[in-house]
Amino acid sequence: MTNPVNTPAGNTGGKGRMLNLHILRFNPQLPGDTPRMQTFQVEEQTGMTIFIALNEIRERQDPSLQFDFVCRAGICGSCGMVINGRPDLACRTLTSKFTDGEITLLPLPAFELIGDLSVDTGKFMREMSERIESWIHSESAKDCDFNVLEERMDPDLADAIYELDRCVECGCCISACGTKRMRDDFLGAVGFMHVARFRLDTRDDRTDDDWYEIIGDDDGIFGCMSLLGCEDTCPKDLPHQTQIAFLRRKMVMVK
Amino acid sequence: MKVVYTDSLVIGAGMAGLRVAVASKQRGFDTIVLSLIPAKRSHSAAAQGGMQASLGAAAKGEGDNEDIHFGDTVRGSDWGCDQAVARMFTHVAPKAIRELAAWGVPWSRVRGGDHEVVINAQRVTIHEKEEAHGLIMARDFGGTKKWRTCYTSDGTGHTMLYALDNKAIECGIPVIERVEAVALIHDGDRCHGAVVRDLVTGELTAYVAKATTIATGGYGRMYGVTTNAVIVEGMGAAIALETGKARLGNMEAVQFHPTAIVPVGILMTEGCRGDGGVLRDVDGYRFMPDYEPEKKELASRDVVSRRMTEHMRKGKGVPSPYGDHLWLDITLLGKEHIERNLREVSEICQYFLGVNPVKDYIPVRPTQHYSMGGVRTDYRGESLGLKGLFSVGEAACWDLHGFNRLGGNSVAETVVSGMIVGEYVADYCEQADLSISTNVIAGFMERERARIDELVARPSGENVYELRSAMQQILMDKVGIFRTGEKLQEAFDELKELLRRSKNIGLRNRIASSNPELVDALRVQRQLKLAVCVAKGALLRTESRGAHTREDYPERNDRDWLKRTLAYWKNEEDEEPEIEYEDLDIQKMELPPGFRGYGADNTIHHPETEGRVQQVDEIKQSMPDADRHEIQNALMPFELPEKYKEKNERIGVGTK
Repeated sequence: MTNPVNTPAGNTGGKGRMLNLHILRFNPQLPGDTPRMQTFQVEEQTGMTIFIALNEIRERQDPSLQFDFVCRAGICGSCGMVINGRPDLACRTLTSKFTDGEITLLPLPAFELIGDLSVDTGKFMREMSERIESWIHSESAKDCDFNVLEERMDPDLADAIYELDRCVECGCCISACGTKRMRDDFLGAVGFMHVARFRLDTRDDRTDDDWYEIIGDDDGIFGCMSLLGCEDTCPKDLPHQTQIAFLRRKMVMVK
Repeated sequence: MKVVYTDSLVIGAGMAGLRVAVASKQRGFDTIVLSLIPAKRSHSAAAQGGMQASLGAAAKGEGDNEDIHFGDTVRGSDWGCDQAVARMFTHVAPKAIRELAAWGVPWSRVRGGDHEVVINAQRVTIHEKEEAHGLIMARDFGGTKKWRTCYTSDGTGHTMLYALDNKAIECGIPVIERVEAVALIHDGDRCHGAVVRDLVTGELTAYVAKATTIATGGYGRMYGVTTNAVIVEGMGAAIALETGKARLGNMEAVQFHPTAIVPVGILMTEGCRGDGGVLRDVDGYRFMPDYEPEKKELASRDVVSRRMTEHMRKGKGVPSPYGDHLWLDITLLGKEHIERNLREVSEICQYFLGVNPVKDYIPVRPTQHYSMGGVRTDYRGESLGLKGLFSVGEAACWDLHGFNRLGGNSVAETVVSGMIVGEYVADYCEQADLSISTNVIAGFMERERARIDELVARPSGENVYELRSAMQQILMDKVGIFRTGEKLQEAFDELKELLRRSKNIGLRNRIASSNPELVDALRVQRQLKLAVCVAKGALLRTESRGAHTREDYPERNDRDWLKRTLAYWKNEEDEEPEIEYEDLDIQKMELPPGFRGYGADNTIHHPETEGRVQQVDEIKQSMPDADRHEIQNALMPFELPEKYKEKNERIGVGTK
């Protein structure tokens, strides 16, 4: 058995096509700097990702270019940016996907800009976590006796919680959210997904009455206009549409 | 001068750092965590396959306990680890996993009844006990006698890191993001905190603390191809080295993981082989049983990586524009299993290779993966050489792993050592005062300011990225899986030359605020010191132990080398570290050196080994009525913080 995809025989060191990367440049730290677009040309290599292309630009053309990568494997959620109009993870986006070789990169909107393609998702996510208190609320967990057998959990429930726990807080859903543009304090899909995750978790004592206090208003679940940019852009294919609809129904039934 | 005071300063917001922070905060101490990035982006998130803890709930884990986990860890380390530390670790691991269960990790659970698994390429039915239904499940990993690796699908690190960071948020611990510790503040005897650079504004702040903990991960990015995240650059170890006081331990002990994808080096978890995946060569032939008939693909990582390299050297690799590779075949596991338990693997294959692992083989090659070496500490996690400085997780050489780490033991180490060392950090905060002259602080602040100013002011000079690539290439080519004296000498000389050149780096982007080139320049200068430590340690160690394989010295040589390498950088102007050695005391070993069980036994034994083996047997025989805990205590007593001393309960056996 051979695996043709893995032996790119067509590319044995020959010249790749030229890519044009159009990148938003702006460094708020530099007095007088103004936002502008700048185009860089990079020769494409087999298997090239936007991660590789941007590093090549930094190392060979412009060392001032700012961007964020950490795991470069689609796991950590650091590298969300707007790629040809859609928020996505840059590290796992292959340049070969763009048939005309034109790639436009913008920083994620709705977050504070640090510089060029780098934005401050960390501050937003920490505030979100504090707002929904994204940890297990349980009296028994407070003084957990770790010397004895752990509390049992239904295996299917554990798997179901993991499904909702896969969010990497990349911020793509927030950038793609119409409601967030209109309401600065809108919680957004990332927050709802965490709420759905803790609501499902039987270790968490919070009831729907408690959740209503957190998301039962127009900055919460009732503000969502169901445009579902979150569902369309989530790199982890999390079930935003289903969970938002489900939470809204549950919250309507409170009181 | 901007100064921030705290009790417990933690550098690094991965799992180890966060767990130390939670421990000191819960004991009532003011705690601050510093991080290059948001905590939830830390490299801990990339740990896929799982965490070892001897819960013994899964059918194939039945009978497991601390003793067996301990034995696997010591053998895995090729007798290079600190056995007392391995005992502390294996005792606390079940507690760690249960604590994390209470904190929200959705561990995959045991399903009572029959289920099908793949073992040695055969489909086999396993019966899980109904009584164990709903307890935490485990999978098989390399180099272990039992199925002991607990997991959440293949997103274990992600779920653990999220639970821990959420715990830290619950505790109200501030995590200062996008800052980098560039120097430790010390008076030659005691560490008092760190000089910290804001990566956005460029501003320097002194964080002054009673206890300072380095939890910055390993130094994998010094190698050209690595599974590590781009931030894993060894900076914690480097600033410790630059104190001239703190010792780094076993820097030459570098692990290569058998299965990273080609060419980009992203990890395919050991869970792929643990769950039944096999390795194949250019002919589609499964070659590992020929080399290691007993453990096959699930031999220890160092062994599998060497065997794969040997097999490719015989011309059995699959040629590609990126060099030869082999195949990882998980097609035999079936779609359902892959989509439930190996979904990150599946996503990575799709996005980076355009491969569907349900039908296709995955191109893999051994790739730099883990740093066993790091800041040398005692069993409490405190530095040898500098009081008040602690280190934990991959950044440390605590020394749980010796010369080869078992899969699933590093994720476990982060949280377990975080729990243990966190208590010792809190103890230290309890008894220590905060007394330091502001002149000392100012001295370090000025030194770092001058270093940066000089770089920014230099009109031209060496290119940062050329120096970094050269270093990465040298380590790949000459300090890799198989090593020889000749190549190591070349590497050592060439790295020293790069270190000299790095003093003359010229930036193209000459600003002192947000400037990635400046960040890289400061790091490369420090990394080259670490690289010289790695090469020198490897050159001097004329034996083969664990991941350190010398083709010119193929034997494990206990007689001359049952010792830990300690490197320290005496003066800033020096071009190489001083090397000292720390003996491992056979008389104190619970498990005296023996045969690991791979290939032929060519160990050169230590003269004391035989006597200790006899002594251990006698002690065991002299206690016919004792239980395993009493025997263990007679062989090698070990310390633990009071709260972790109790025995662990297991299903079916209680605390026996």
